[in-house]
Amino acid sequence: MTRVTPADRARFVPAEMVSLDCVSQATQHDSPRAAGADTDWEGVRLHVVSGKGGTGKTTVAAALALALAHGGQRTLLVEVEGRQGLAQLFETAELPYEERKIAVAPGGGEVYALAIDPEEALLDYLDMFYHLGRTGKGLKKLGAIDFATTIAPGLRDVLLTGKACEAVRRRVKGVWAYDAVVMDAPPTGRISRFLNVNTEVAGLAKFGPIHSQAEAVMRVLRSPETAVHLVTLLEEMPVQETVDGVAELTGTGLPVGGVVVNMARPPLHADDETDTGRALNAELLEAGLRAARVRPTKALVAALLKEAEEHAGRIVLETQERATVRGLGLPMYELPLLADGVDLGGLYRLADALREQGVA
Amino acid sequence: MTGVRRGAERAADRTTDRSPAGGPALEVDPLIDDPDTRIVVCCGSGGVGKTTTAAALALRAAERGRDVVVLTIDPARRLAQSMGLTELDNTPRKVPGVDRTKGGSLHAMMLDMKRTFDEIVEQHADPERARQILENPFYQSLSSSFAGTQEYMAMEKLGQLHGGGSWDLIVVDTPPSRSALDFLDAPQRLGSFLDGRLIRILSAPAKVGGRGALKFLSAGVGLMTGALSKVVGTHLLKDIQTFVAALDTTFGGFRKRADATYKLLQANGTAFLVVAAPEKDALREAAYFVERLDAESMPLAGLVLNRVHETRAAQLSAERSAAAAETLIELAYDQEEGADEPAEDGPSAEDLRLVAGLLTLHAERLRMIGREERVRTRFTSIHPDVPVVEVPALPGDVHDLEGLRAIGQHLA
Ligand SMILES: Nc1ncnc2c1ncn2[C@@H]1O[C@H](COP(=O)(O)OP(=O)(O)OP(=O)(O)O)[C@@H](O)[C@H]1O
Ligand SMILES: Nc1ncnc2c1ncn2[C@@H]1O[C@H](COP(=O)(O)OP(=O)(O)OP(=O)(O)O)[C@@H](O)[C@H]1O
Ligand SMILES: [Mg+2]
Ligand SMILES: [Mg+2]
Repeated sequence: MTRVTPADRARFVPAEMVSLDCVSQATQHDSPRAAGADTDWEGVRLHVVSGKGGTGKTTVAAALALALAHGGQRTLLVEVEGRQGLAQLFETAELPYEERKIAVAPGGGEVYALAIDPEEALLDYLDMFYHLGRTGKGLKKLGAIDFATTIAPGLRDVLLTGKACEAVRRRVKGVWAYDAVVMDAPPTGRISRFLNVNTEVAGLAKFGPIHSQAEAVMRVLRSPETAVHLVTLLEEMPVQETVDGVAELTGTGLPVGGVVVNMARPPLHADDETDTGRALNAELLEAGLRAARVRPTKALVAALLKEAEEHAGRIVLETQERATVRGLGLPMYELPLLADGVDLGGLYRLADALREQGVA
Repeated sequence: MTGVRRGAERAADRTTDRSPAGGPALEVDPLIDDPDTRIVVCCGSGGVGKTTTAAALALRAAERGRDVVVLTIDPARRLAQSMGLTELDNTPRKVPGVDRTKGGSLHAMMLDMKRTFDEIVEQHADPERARQILENPFYQSLSSSFAGTQEYMAMEKLGQLHGGGSWDLIVVDTPPSRSALDFLDAPQRLGSFLDGRLIRILSAPAKVGGRGALKFLSAGVGLMTGALSKVVGTHLLKDIQTFVAALDTTFGGFRKRADATYKLLQANGTAFLVVAAPEKDALREAAYFVERLDAESMPLAGLVLNRVHETRAAQLSAERSAAAAETLIELAYDQEEGADEPAEDGPSAEDLRLVAGLLTLHAERLRMIGREERVRTRFTSIHPDVPVVEVPALPGDVHDLEGLRAIGQHLA
């Protein structure tokens, strides 16, 4: 069976057109995965990945897209911040404003990626609705496009969320173009505003195409088909941001997904997260070193004990932070700190870890 | 031997004015003690320790006798509390618990960007105009969510603190952004944006009325405003026009303002500290930033390499440590399987596993140190003249004056 690639199917279908009918489809949508599969996010088709800056949003979004693609599914990774983080991560050339296959998942799955450029999205949009043609280019020259996408409150965000929503709802010959869409979203501090922008805009622009599009997108984002996951480290600030973020999302009526604890350090005893290694003492360490045929000089023993103590302190802190995260009562996943950083191989390992924990 | 160098030879390096992995050593004490140093800006990419460094430096300068104010941006809650910053009120507060025996003092404040923006409006417009602007939805969007407003307002606040003249030394933290360059670029972007051609075109109809506008607007431009109003809606376009006109007539010199503060950053009493984590991305950003400062003739004091890992047990290499850990795990396994009787008073299988865990940890730490040194060396070979100071990764967060003092000590 030859499958048309999603990129062939639609260049830019304005979110208005698609999302309006997607609402009615939402109730009768077909399950994206094989029958009998049992995962935490059954029925979720838009995964929004947020978190404090630098905690690993891009990495986790990519791993999640891989995990969801496992076993023959097709997923789309969407980048909205214009940083080409996905291209770097997948070690490919810069992504154009176009859906491109970027990786394959075990079992025949495919991951596509799209870097949404708001200016291009707006031009496409104008062209589609108003057939502006060259005027569009003129507007761009004048700075109007830049202006519109930067200042018109949230227009940029409307375009970004709108495009993502379009991909979520796109159907080709009656089946979803993508089984799931994963968005590498703005950080926690801006996520509620970003997703909720359509409400704001619908209020500001009381009529016109923007108004109706905004309303339609919002219905999708608030539906159970969407889940907003937050990435955190087991450190004070990111955890605090996560707690605040969950409260804000909930308050805004946006569907909170799970919390992904990233770069977690393993305890000394792999099967006990509270084990801090405190039980270690000089005598025991010396005996252990001897057994491994390492000469236990005083300096070495003292230095190693100090390292154990630091680690212990870190683990105690992490255990506290983990308890705070757990207190949120949300599904929680943990990804290890990869000692050698995240390369392509590491990304697949993180995807596996997510799958093992039931994400996909 | 890499790790040993970090520990033991560090002091020796100091005396020869070389920092561990090449490049001159950065010493902040001469910098903050110099009465001619009036502004220190801490820049760097997100999460590297800008706020911590700014606060630590300010505290150290104050305890060494200077009258310091530190402008922080979104500090961690506990750190803010320990500096007596309980609310975001946009004015410097005296920090309790500072050692004042040398005659210095420390004030701290958190930037409230919206309030700072509002204050500019209130200062420059008559009350009625000011009200109009403050209520305009575009103003509200611009002042609270325009990417770059935070940077612009940080600069604005710096200008105000400097203009007030009551501070001997101003230490500035910068907003959390992906790129340190944003701090330099955003204000100008906002400034030129507000002074831009489009804004002027948009403001024309509202200012001089339809007929005058026609003179000003070419037919083509008219078409574009037409197109724009289709896109954003006439209603919205009118809001924009009112907003722009109000801004324009009250203080057209947005860019001028931004330029003035920008100049301040090029002045003699200003020093930039670039903060980076010893990671590829952060150091790449730092390198860009260093080049940019140079191009703008902005004075760079040096690079703070924050959260560097250290070891005192470098004599046990990563490879040997990992191998030893494996040996111990095998021994533990044999013991449990009964293949080996444990020696009478020898370590139990559980003990062996514990030590193996520690050895694995040590091996990982050494690998990390190796990686950190490589990225640092890459930086110093591209920028051999940039002074560098390393601050070790402390085991816990830095959230009180004690922790800040410890960081300050490492910076010295
Ligand atoms: N599990 C992990 N183990 C080791 N390194 C990791 C892990 N996850 C992420 N990283 C590294 O941490 C850094 C930040 O990750 P990433 O870019 O995904 O974060 P982000 O939240 O998207 O950042 P930003 O806010 O800048 O967009 C990268 O260098 C990445 O390789
Ligand atoms: N040398 C250090 N050792 C241990 N922890 C540190 C060190 N420096 C900073 N931290 C911790 O790292 C976290 C981030 O630091 P900080 O807030 O200063 O970074 P930042 O660059 O200001 O971040 P942002 O870009 O989000 O503003 C804080 O929790 C702080 O306590
Ligand atoms: Mg990212
Ligand atoms: Mg900060």
